[in-house]
Amino acid sequence: MDVGLKKPFEVTFEPLEPMKCMNYVTRPEAGAVTLFAGTVREWTNGKRTMHLEYEAYVPMAEKKLAEIGAEIEKKWPGSRVAIVHRIGALAISDLAVVIAVSSPHRRAAYEANEYAIEQIKKVVPIWKKEIWEDGEKWIGDQSYKPGSEQL
Amino acid sequence: MIYLHYFAGLKEAAGKPEESLPWTSGTAADVLQWAATTYSNFDFSAVQIAVNEEYVLETEPVKPGDHVAFIPPVSGG
Repeated sequence: MDVGLKKPFEVTFEPLEPMKCMNYVTRPEAGAVTLFAGTVREWTNGKRTMHLEYEAYVPMAEKKLAEIGAEIEKKWPGSRVAIVHRIGALAISDLAVVIAVSSPHRRAAYEANEYAIEQIKKVVPIWKKEIWEDGEKWIGDQSYKPGSEQL
Repeated sequence: MIYLHYFAGLKEAAGKPEESLPWTSGTAADVLQWAATTYSNFDFSAVQIAVNEEYVLETEPVKPGDHVAFIPPVSGG
């Protein structure tokens, strides 16, 4: 039996199930749901990734995901959000993150969903390591200190 | 005592995910300096400090019992 999402803002080692996020945000007041899935890309700047390793500071990451959700529900009244991020070893095309946003009208659902992924990339303590045939590297924008905008 | 948490490249440079450090008083900057000296093989220039799961300025006081996490540039999504 499908028990639905355990938590609307979660970091998990388990494979992601987008429909659980979708069902969580779907409700009678909503006229639109946007569902974003971030997947593991094989080729980045001409380099072939064999697989990815994701790591998180789990309690803080879940707290920051929930903050992004609360911020969205305030900025786009009537919206509802669920975000789940997978960690551990992920293969090419696996789902790394799923974001579902519902709102009365589609424009807000699109905008809020994009806002969520942009914020995740700035403030949520999750890291990925690309593993190539001939090496590996932790990825991260060295010109931006995480969470700077919150200080 | 304070509790330090390391992630990603810093975890590998430190060779451990966490450790505790005897502590009476000081700021986030003091903790950062201790770590940068201890793990000089890692570049701390883009690392943000979080105390008890919140990002803080380097002037933030750190008290015994606090959890201090070093957050290198993130790459989730």
